[in-house]
Amino acid sequence: MNAASGKVMADKKSYKLMIVDDSNIMRRRIERSNQFEELELVGTAANGIEALEIFRKMDPDVVTMDLTMPQMDGIECISQLVALKPAIRILVISALADKATAVEAMEKGANGFLNKPFTDRQLNEAIAELMR
Amino acid sequence: MLQVEELKTFVEGTTNYFEVAAQQPASIGSPYLTETPPAVHDYTGIISISGKREGVVYFTAPKAMLTVLLMKMQENDFSHETMRDLVGEVANTISGNARRDFGRDFVISVPSVLSGERPDLPQKPGARSFVIPINWRSHSAKLIVSLT
Repeated sequence: MNAASGKVMADKKSYKLMIVDDSNIMRRRIERSNQFEELELVGTAANGIEALEIFRKMDPDVVTMDLTMPQMDGIECISQLVALKPAIRILVISALADKATAVEAMEKGANGFLNKPFTDRQLNEAIAELMR
Repeated sequence: MLQVEELKTFVEGTTNYFEVAAQQPASIGSPYLTETPPAVHDYTGIISISGKREGVVYFTAPKAMLTVLLMKMQENDFSHETMRDLVGEVANTISGNARRDFGRDFVISVPSVLSGERPDLPQKPGARSFVIPINWRSHSAKLIVSLT
């Protein structure tokens, strides 16, 4: 139970992961860096619109979300995902390093924020925190 | 125009990028001001800036440097598209990190990319740019910042 958000991660054997970033390199990096056996990658998206399409098909539990993307940015996508599935867990991974953006993302429903550039260790610590 | 003390934000952002993403720091040469469009390398990532400040931030690098950078990132795709992706991502990261000091009204675009021989950098007539030379593993690149 996350006391701050009131959301509960159900006791499941595996969780479905979706990676959202307009950079192919970054999507591959996050996929390679994932050390959690219980996180199964079910889809990747290059913008918010693609993310919503994959969400409707695959119903991910955990999402890593870039913010600066074409067509639909990460903030808008977070709002829509949380409205569709309040229990979804979202880790923002963004180069935008100002506090106001991090606050806005959390207010829209994100559960964590990781700035680019990041190390594999930082990414996995952030994901571990997200799934706690 | 970008003030000299604001250069520090971009210098630090550049060194941090290479130290973290490439696991090997870059050294920064002496930044200099230019009124003519600077020469670019094989690939150039471009971020348009709007909001409180207006202008452009470019990261331009040779293919050889980008190839090694990709290897350090455990990539094995060295295609033209991946090179374009990387310069865009570097420019995006350094520009986005600058919001730590410039604030959220420093609005950055999604990256666009130029590649090929002697591409023309979009630059307003009379605009001046700071060029930040970057040296990494015997390769040279540049970060170019042109802001009101």
